[in-house]
Amino acid sequence: MTDNIRHHLTDGLLMAYSAGSLPEAFNLTVAAHLSMCDSCRARLGAFDSVGGALLNGGERAEMSAGSMEAALAAARQRPRPAAAPRPRGTLPAPLIDYIGGNLDAVRWRPVGMGVRQAILPTDGDATARLLHIPAGAAVPDHGHRGTELTLVLQGAFADSTSRFAKGDIEIAGEDLNHTPIAETGDDCICLAATDAPLRFRGWIPRIAQPFLKI
Amino acid sequence: MQTSGKIPVPPNRQSENSRWTACITRIRDSSDEAAFAELFEHFAPRIKGYLMKSGAGATLAEECAQDVMATLWQKAHLFDPSRASAATWIFTIARNRRIDALRKSRRPEPEEVYWGPQESPDQADILAMEEAAVELTRAIAALPAKQKTLIEAAYFNDLSHSEIADQTGLPLGTIKSRIRLALDRLRHAMK
Ligand SMILES: [Zn+2]
Ligand SMILES: [Zn+2]
Repeated sequence: MTDNIRHHLTDGLLMAYSAGSLPEAFNLTVAAHLSMCDSCRARLGAFDSVGGALLNGGERAEMSAGSMEAALAAARQRPRPAAAPRPRGTLPAPLIDYIGGNLDAVRWRPVGMGVRQAILPTDGDATARLLHIPAGAAVPDHGHRGTELTLVLQGAFADSTSRFAKGDIEIAGEDLNHTPIAETGDDCICLAATDAPLRFRGWIPRIAQPFLKI
Repeated sequence: MQTSGKIPVPPNRQSENSRWTACITRIRDSSDEAAFAELFEHFAPRIKGYLMKSGAGATLAEECAQDVMATLWQKAHLFDPSRASAATWIFTIARNRRIDALRKSRRPEPEEVYWGPQESPDQADILAMEEAAVELTRAIAALPAKQKTLIEAAYFNDLSHSEIADQTGLPLGTIKSRIRLALDRLRHAMK
């Protein structure tokens, strides 16, 4: 879809997505990037093939008598799903699913300094949120206790490591402290997933943190 | 077991692969129960084994394996053999079922899979995909035991790298570098 994406998923993330060991919020972020990025999707195909080969060559556990007939009976009851129509809008389809619509359906909440967020419903192991950062504004300086994935959906931001534009994904670990700043021009909209609370340097965001679930 | 060089793949591997593809096509086109039985006999015990390795009890694993096979029947028209081998496609269904059953969480899929397969996949693409699957099976069999164990743990045991570190007592860096080595070897073998 976009061939000017410069920041991609790592092998580790693609393998974990293929194996199915990521928390839901990370799965969502990975799926959204894959929806925008042909090259990562091709790499995912290779990781899925590893899973297929391992399954095919893996150990067997005998099924009980009559299980085939039971499965067939269950199968015959099920309707064949039509391929779902492609959801319309600017956002990747998996996100539209979680929001229940496009950007205009997002219920934003202010988190200070003009930045707004919307937390998406996922299981508790990690948190997914949409961030709306006005052009030129900054997310407060922070570090990470775990991993933070940030996928740009609109506009662009930059931090001390690089510039991230639409489709790019930033993978921040415990060793990174940064102050992402949205470029002038379009407001920046990102999907961010974290598996541990961020570590804010300034005291104001630190006090606000428990309320904002950042 | 330390192995190097090529391990002979049984000559019927590739034809085995196209047999599964043909079975899924027969289910799609004519709700063929014999084709389903053939796939079930081969894959259901492997899916059950996979789920038990991931921590499911025998009853749940059996139930899920049946469900995965029923899903295969239901979604046979969405299988695209130019994009994935039968084993790979079945693996993705089994993996999603596992996430659903063991983690009670959703598995968002990328946009493309909503579209279903192309009208008629190119025969050359299908063949290329089957050959790649055979190559990959060979390459995995040829991995040094230490690398193979970690790749299997990552796929089957539902463990993150740091959980694998806890279980095996290996430092995280060692695990990451062994997995990386294994992937490099697989990649090299696929070229
Ligand atoms: Zn990418
Ligand atoms: Zn950050």
